[in-house]
Amino acid sequence: MSIAAMFKRNSLLDERSTWITSVVLIVGMLAVVVLHALPPDHAWHLNGSVVSLLGKYLTYMLLALAVDLIWGYLGILSLGHGAFFALGGYAMGLYLTAQQSPLAPWQGVMAHFPVAALGVVLAPGLLALVFGWLAFRSRVTGVYLSIITQALTFALMLAFNRNEMGMGGSTGLTRFDELLGFSLSSESMTVALFVASGVTVLLAFWGCKAVTRSRLGRVCMATRDAEARVRFIGYRVEHVKLAVFVLSAMIAGIAGALYVPQVGIINPSTFAPLFSIEVVVWVALGGRATLYGALLGALVVNYLKTLLTGVMPDAWLFLLGGLFVVVTMFLPQGVAGLMTHLRRRREVAT
Amino acid sequence: MNMTNRQRLREFARPDRVFDFMAPARSPVDVRHGPILYLEDVSVSFDGFKAIDDLNLTIDDGELRCIIGPNGAGKTTMMDIITGKTRPDRGQAWFGSRHNLLQMDEPQISNLGIGRKFQKPTVFEALSVSANLELAMAGDRRVWKTLLARLDHEGRERIDEVLETIALSAERDRLAGVLSHGQKQWLEIGMLLMQRPRLLLVDEPVAGMTEPEMHRTADLMTRLAGQQSVVVVEHDMGFVRSIARIVTVLHQGSVLAEGSMDEVANDPRVIDVYLGGDDDAADTREEG
Repeated sequence: MSIAAMFKRNSLLDERSTWITSVVLIVGMLAVVVLHALPPDHAWHLNGSVVSLLGKYLTYMLLALAVDLIWGYLGILSLGHGAFFALGGYAMGLYLTAQQSPLAPWQGVMAHFPVAALGVVLAPGLLALVFGWLAFRSRVTGVYLSIITQALTFALMLAFNRNEMGMGGSTGLTRFDELLGFSLSSESMTVALFVASGVTVLLAFWGCKAVTRSRLGRVCMATRDAEARVRFIGYRVEHVKLAVFVLSAMIAGIAGALYVPQVGIINPSTFAPLFSIEVVVWVALGGRATLYGALLGALVVNYLKTLLTGVMPDAWLFLLGGLFVVVTMFLPQGVAGLMTHLRRRREVAT
Repeated sequence: MNMTNRQRLREFARPDRVFDFMAPARSPVDVRHGPILYLEDVSVSFDGFKAIDDLNLTIDDGELRCIIGPNGAGKTTMMDIITGKTRPDRGQAWFGSRHNLLQMDEPQISNLGIGRKFQKPTVFEALSVSANLELAMAGDRRVWKTLLARLDHEGRERIDEVLETIALSAERDRLAGVLSHGQKQWLEIGMLLMQRPRLLLVDEPVAGMTEPEMHRTADLMTRLAGQQSVVVVEHDMGFVRSIARIVTVLHQGSVLAEGSMDEVANDPRVIDVYLGGDDDAADTREEG
């Protein structure tokens, strides 16, 4: 049986939210490309820096999708998903620096794009495999698991801060020139990276949707709600968790790899626990276990962040914290839950 | 535990774990030489408290056995040992004459054909009734196979059949979370049936049920026995009396008496520790 058959059988697009999300993503992406192509003196013209900013949002949305997959559907609250994002980012960063002069001799191998692309998924994937194997085999769950994911990303932050790692120390990797032989500073490269990010978000969204709608997805939800029961009906819970956790880490790694060339830098601050917690807030705000909620949450919170850090930078953390409190208290299902609730009410009323 | 080095080496490098075709076919339970479940001298203690103390128990193939006993008699711990959740300190536990339960974990034991219903009904509340049954259906449980699994015609018929048996056909597309307490109990029994177990362990199936629901459940249990072996742990004396052929009384982690309901009920030791009159028995019903 093939993957294609799985997609078809699940009739992915029979859910209204999936339709709407896909259409909004595609139309939004086309709109940005068209608006950018308008002459620069046109009132609606989007300049390159805005496109690049939107591209960055897309990579955050991809990361939120990865977190929702394991938190929303499997109940694993990872407070360290930034680590997988950063590892993917560093793999891409090594490729970009190796185009000019690698920081250490062994990094020369990363100058080949296929090797770097493999590194982007394998580095976070392997870390998730080892970490997940140890954690899930020992049946570490709940808040304890969250704490060790946090410790993981913190430990990596300390490690990557050291110059001996050959990863640029606290400065990280920056001053990139070329990607696949094209200059990173050109406008067309900005658009290409934006489109690549958008297409990846769309594919990852469909992929995650297919997984969550499969029988494996239902086993995940069952594990989230009654783990012991799932074991007693014969599923190896640790294998299920491990597989989905590794998949999620790989998606996060790809998000990091798309993020780095658009932002132009990767440094140990991406490993900071605060960033990983912020990702969790995006997902909580958008609504867990819907996938589209994660996308929405990441977009909205990051847009707010851009707006607010421009006007009053000090207020941002207060607003972020406030948002989290409000969502936890009044909107446990996030914005997505609120929308579902309102729609049901309207359906009942008519 | 008492493996030779050679066995240990074989455990370490097992080709059948890598290549599917080398895995032995699911070996059927061997009941030619007697019982389907055999516990011998099993003991386990938690922090010095002896939960199970030299327990001996045999269940024959196709039997319906009721196990009663006051709170703390070790009934649930016994089920934990049989299903691999708890490892005993001493003793033997065999499923048929071929499968040593003490060397297996929960999924392995479950896939061998031992199904368990919990004291508190645990169904997957966020999933529909039919999805609950689908997950429990016997089949390949490996991750990749589960990802690609589809419900075939046979599986759909099996689900319909079980829905009929547990009287939930009308609720098939509703979320399991909205079912009534009694319906959740039945759904959980239905999930056990989907697993096609050889041995069913049922912990307090009628707790919190109304009188008519209880009658239905008694009916269901009696029908199941014969096709499967069923072990029912229950506090409700009326229910036990209505289904029991052989009753085992547990007390302080070991078997106190065994026999027909009347024999057991007239045993002075049993009366002393547990029955003491029908009024007391009824009182223990709601405790869990």
